[in-house]
Amino acid sequence: MINIVLLTLLVVVAIAIIRMKDLFAVAMLSGIYGLLSASFFVVMDAVDVAFTEAAVGAGISTLLLLVVISMTGRSENSTRHKPLLALLIVAITGGLLIYGTLDMPYFGAADAPIHSHVAPRYINDSMQEIGIPNIVTSVLASYRAFDTFGEVVVIFTAGIGVLALLSVVRRPEDSDNIASINDSMHEQHLVVRIVTKMLIPFILLFALYVQFHGDYGPGGGFQAGVIFASAIILYVMLFGLNTARKVINQTFIQLIAATGVLLYGCVGIASLLNGGNFFDYNVLANDPIAGQHLGILLIEWGVGCTVASVMLIIFFSFAARREVQQKNENQHDKNQELL
Amino acid sequence: MDIVINISSGLCLFTGSFLCISGGIGILRFPDFYTRMHAVGVTDTLGAGMILIGLMMHSTDFLVLAKLVMILLLTLLISPTTSHVLAKAALHNGLVPELTPDALDQTSLDLKKKGKTSSNP
Amino acid sequence: MLMGLFNHWIVVVLMMIGLYIMIAHGNLIKKIVGLAIFQTSVFIFYISIAKVDGGTAPVLADNFSQYSNPLPHVLILTAIVVGIATTALALSLVVRIKEAYGSIEEEEIQKQDNQIQSEQEVGGQT
Repeated sequence: MINIVLLTLLVVVAIAIIRMKDLFAVAMLSGIYGLLSASFFVVMDAVDVAFTEAAVGAGISTLLLLVVISMTGRSENSTRHKPLLALLIVAITGGLLIYGTLDMPYFGAADAPIHSHVAPRYINDSMQEIGIPNIVTSVLASYRAFDTFGEVVVIFTAGIGVLALLSVVRRPEDSDNIASINDSMHEQHLVVRIVTKMLIPFILLFALYVQFHGDYGPGGGFQAGVIFASAIILYVMLFGLNTARKVINQTFIQLIAATGVLLYGCVGIASLLNGGNFFDYNVLANDPIAGQHLGILLIEWGVGCTVASVMLIIFFSFAARREVQQKNENQHDKNQELL
Repeated sequence: MDIVINISSGLCLFTGSFLCISGGIGILRFPDFYTRMHAVGVTDTLGAGMILIGLMMHSTDFLVLAKLVMILLLTLLISPTTSHVLAKAALHNGLVPELTPDALDQTSLDLKKKGKTSSNP
Repeated sequence: MLMGLFNHWIVVVLMMIGLYIMIAHGNLIKKIVGLAIFQTSVFIFYISIAKVDGGTAPVLADNFSQYSNPLPHVLILTAIVVGIATTALALSLVVRIKEAYGSIEEEEIQKQDNQIQSEQEVGGQT
């Protein structure tokens, strides 16, 4: 019953995104969309996925959209022609897809083909072979470790891509100008700064809890990395980019991102050197179960490091670019006034 | 004892849901940005708090109770701060609240003293 | 049959809404939001196939015997993170396009490109 309500609300929000012209409202609606789909995932018993979607879709994604909207402008031009061809294509494709779903097994059927080949082996043998209660983590980190390796490399590549597109050369005199503006604004934001200073240690502690508790409940490297990055992003938003750069260096963050991927790969190579297959954790310690625990711990640590640092790299690049744009605009306005 | 727990937790859950719905109606029906934010800020904090207290009474495990207490404390800390930040951002950008005429003169005087412009609905 | 296939039909509707936003709207940021809607509808499809009636979350506990299928959960976990990586790269491209062309509407960018191309052809002929 509740999934019907949630899905209908999702369709309503999606139609509202079509009709809105104000991009700020579109960003907020996409955040609501992410939160509703996270609730839907909880109802569907997918607790790990719901955790990740809430952190990523309703958190980081909305934040990045807002930062870009502040740089590129807030409203959308209305189209002058009617998009009838697009509507026709969409209607035909939708009709064909619905015709295709008529053959599918019904929702919730326990005898569907998807439940009868690999999944029973994972559910039944995961405890003896790997020894952790969370089956999703055991599949992600041990049975399908190679896929997760590919995913970590994809995130790392995205971080490199954003750095290549958006990095700015910083000169030392800019930082002094911006720092003085920041200190003069301190009185205005007193309440938020004090509350944030109280909250940030707890958010970081929660990120560490999620990282290491992924074996026993929902959690793991990705969620922990995103929560860790969001704590630091909160600090950046309130205290300014330069103060945050003094706390955490950009070079250090890039080093941690590369170290995470390297750690992940080295676990695989260590398994090869000990005589097993690539990412076969049984050979990493004397006892196969202890080897599995050690392997999962190390690679989740690598995943957490890389995800946190890449999120920070992406946010720092966007924020630095925005600062440069605003400085150029101020310079331009001052020149106009002088003329 | 069971009946007392059931009734009181049911009462808390019912109050919480009613407060959340009234916050939603408040967003739609109140005339001004600041009154709308007041409706959401007060009723959402109290509504979420009541629902959490209602759930706490039903929890059997100490770990679940501890997690619910932590969520309640965090909600009580974060929600009012969010409303404060929203109102501050609106005032800083010049949104003037709708008031009676003599209160409006006083507010415009205060805003002009701080050097901000007015009339941006 | 409506209740059995309701989830899948809603997924098709969401997919088509995402597709429509991507092809019919000219603003680049709206297109990126449409892409995110499309991706999330695919996640909803996979997760609703994985659910088993009467099952619970795939975390082993003593008092449960029926679990939902964990394999699609793993695939979608990877897909969500890859989706945010794609979105971040797309948004950084939008920032650079804005700096180069001055606008993020598809029609204006197309006009400027055609103008530059025709100027180059005229300059090449003379």
